[in-house]
Amino acid sequence: MASNYEDRQRGGGYDSDDDDRRPMGGGRGGGRRMHRRRVCRFCIDKVDLIDFKDVRLLQNYLPERGKILPRRISGSCATHQRMLAEAIKRARNIALLPYTTN
Amino acid sequence: MTFDWRFQLDTKRQYEVVFIVDPTADYDVPKLTESFSQIITDQGGVVTRAETMGKRQLAYEILHHKDGTFVLLEIEGSGREIAELERRMRVNDRVLRYITVRVDEDRRRAEKLKDRRARKAAKRPAPGEHRRRGPAMEFAEASGE
Repeated sequence: MASNYEDRQRGGGYDSDDDDRRPMGGGRGGGRRMHRRRVCRFCIDKVDLIDFKDVRLLQNYLPERGKILPRRISGSCATHQRMLAEAIKRARNIALLPYTTN
Repeated sequence: MTFDWRFQLDTKRQYEVVFIVDPTADYDVPKLTESFSQIITDQGGVVTRAETMGKRQLAYEILHHKDGTFVLLEIEGSGREIAELERRMRVNDRVLRYITVRVDEDRRRAEKLKDRRARKAAKRPAPGEHRRRGPAMEFAEASGE
């Protein structure tokens, strides 16, 4: 899961479409991190319910440290990210997922 | 009995209760599950599903236990049975942890979304069939598209 972080944050080429949508200006000192507008994996599979008991699915969204992956990394849409977070928190409560790992 | 508004609104609520049992008490699990189910039905609820999810390693130690047996109970009823069940689970030393989730609204919403999607897919004509086109499309056709 650590490798996922690295892949996403490496700078890519400049995409003029994304320029229009980004609020931050170019004055951040040169390279700006671009990542493609990935579609939500849940939206593609058309999931309506994310079960907190589905540990294998939820584990994909919990990298090494046990923290919940942010939306910009996981690519999820807002609705599903919320469902995901709630399910993960419940699973943590019932010790199906860790709160932290070290 | 005094009128308790909390439990009068509807008796069609669905809950999922997951609890963890002390792993050293394996033999007791079916009996425990049965007694909990009995509590629910005594209070007027319905146990839709009772599943022992098996022994799992816990993500972190609970009460000095590193693993435990997980049991799932799916319950239909008002909230009263749940309150009673939780009270019993809290008292019982074998139950290490429990969580109750109310699922009827989420499931209803999921069903609605699924139905809506199915209806939308049914309305769309099968690929390959002739579709009614608007004026813009006809223009494209005329220009030899």
